Amino acid sequence: MAGNVWVYVDHFKGAALPASYEAIAAAKTIGSKVTALIFGEGVDALAQTAFHYGADEVLLGEDASLADYRAEAYASLLSKLAKEQQPDAVLFPTSTRGREIAAMAAIDMDSGVLPDVTEIKDEGGTLAAIHPIYAGKLLSKVVVNAKPALITLRGRAFGKPAADASRSGTVTKVAAAVAEGDLQTKVVDYATVEGRVSLGDAGVIISGGRGVANNPALTPPAEITDEKEKEIWRAQQGFVMIGELAQALNGAVGASRAAVDAGYIPYANQVGQTGKVVSPDLYIALGISGAIQHLAGMRTSKVIVAVNKDPDAPIFKLARFGVVGDLYEIVPALTKAFQERLGK
Amino acid sequence: MKIAVFVKQVPDSAAKLTVDNGVVNWGDAPLVINPWDEYAVEAALQLAEKHNGEVAAFSLGDENAKEALKHALAMGANSATLISDPALAAADATAAARVFAAAVQKLGGVDLAVFGRQAIDSDTGLAPAMTARVLGWPVLSMIAAIPALEAGTIKVERAIEEGRQVVEGKLPAVLSIVKDFSEPRYPSFMGIRKASKAEIPVWSLGDLGIGAPESKVSWSEITAPAQREVTNEMITGANADEIAAKLADLIIAEGVL
Repeated sequence: MAGNVWVYVDHFKGAALPASYEAIAAAKTIGSKVTALIFGEGVDALAQTAFHYGADEVLLGEDASLADYRAEAYASLLSKLAKEQQPDAVLFPTSTRGREIAAMAAIDMDSGVLPDVTEIKDEGGTLAAIHPIYAGKLLSKVVVNAKPALITLRGRAFGKPAADASRSGTVTKVAAAVAEGDLQTKVVDYATVEGRVSLGDAGVIISGGRGVANNPALTPPAEITDEKEKEIWRAQQGFVMIGELAQALNGAVGASRAAVDAGYIPYANQVGQTGKVVSPDLYIALGISGAIQHLAGMRTSKVIVAVNKDPDAPIFKLARFGVVGDLYEIVPALTKAFQERLGK
Repeated sequence: MKIAVFVKQVPDSAAKLTVDNGVVNWGDAPLVINPWDEYAVEAALQLAEKHNGEVAAFSLGDENAKEALKHALAMGANSATLISDPALAAADATAAARVFAAAVQKLGGVDLAVFGRQAIDSDTGLAPAMTARVLGWPVLSMIAAIPALEAGTIKVERAIEEGRQVVEGKLPAVLSIVKDFSEPRYPSFMGIRKASKAEIPVWSLGDLGIGAPESKVSWSEITAPAQREVTNEMITGANADEIAAKLADLIIAEGVL
């Protein structure tokens, strides 16, 4: 068993990623003491939630220079604290931020990172982890031969933690490690997409493929004359319809690479080897044939449902439930069926 | 403007992978430039075209990696160098980052070091931030657009989980590029001819003037994941409403909502 295990609580404007709490719960299984690191400005409320999920102690770094996440500022603070206090391991959620801080801290502390792991095992005092490689087509067992071990945890791989509102702990305030004037980057602005469920955290994902464009019944507006533009317009209407199903199930919208490359939907929605590897409880594939790169990105989903016109589509091999049919008929009916049953 | 771009040679994403005695085997699938690195090369070339710069491509690997470099040359990179040394055979991400940083320093006068977001084989995504840290440069990762680059400052739009973040950074800097940036160009016929004739120099650790960096992460075992056991049920019905009703009931009964 490791001694003190730290967890970097990743958040965006004070809203913690669910995977941060999964990391705290995972830290409790390998460490005798769990310390949560919370950096930002006006984020002290996160400390209480960290205690509820199992942290014993919080190191709270609040400063104007930490208000926006910046890799250098956050990594420098984490490295400084870790050099002083020598934790055995530091866990991070695998997010853009978590991965970056871990990477920089590894250089600062001459240690290594086990990235995006799905399992951690204590093997006689050494922490070993499973890192899916080639988009999960293979699994690599990895160990760090230095301290602290820096480990980023894949969201949803470690189970949902239970909160206990009666738990509390000690908060220690820490000062920023780098003065504003010495930082080399500045956050200018955000253009966030409001209310979007992130693919990595989503319990339900509804994805569309090239088949989404396949609705000749839809008539594009007269001002669209280009055939390619007409196809994109049809597909976009299809993704609106898929969005309605996603909304009924409180899920996120995904897409195949074919749909992204055809310009139907932004890259942020792409599931697969060159997109996002996801593992929701329910994955519904609509008009996706199931190229090996796509299957690699969603094969660990708990329940997979496929709707496709082609009965020989490879996606059906992974599907618990399959429907051979026109998604333009099935999806609206399915949205209605769920709305009735789930009372939305 | 001097731009270094780092590319990796990887098995094609369509490869069916197996493990034989702990060694990854990709059958007869071709080795290709890491798909994410094509966006890095494209970004480097666009910046060089706009700012009168030159692009130097690097790859760490064995002789095979020369093919990834030739792809970068065919796309338009001005030079390509293979970094290869037997002592780097089991290099982890930190060791690779120290080598990349040494290459940037040996090249000299570099304004931007550009990477793809991650390699589709090792899937670590650590190289950009680690290399930046070794160099003491800022890292601007997951770049979807570069609205401005002037007077020693770069302004980028980063594609983060929550949307887009606009960040300014001082040069020199390390960048990682994502797919939204722009479609990578196809190598031209002339480019392919030029690349096929190009002599690609090889730098060893000795050429870089560093000893073998110590790897901190080791791989003890690579395995194939357990086969997924699925009981497949096809849902049929008289019409879409009937199919949808059956399907909704079955999904709810799975207890995943």
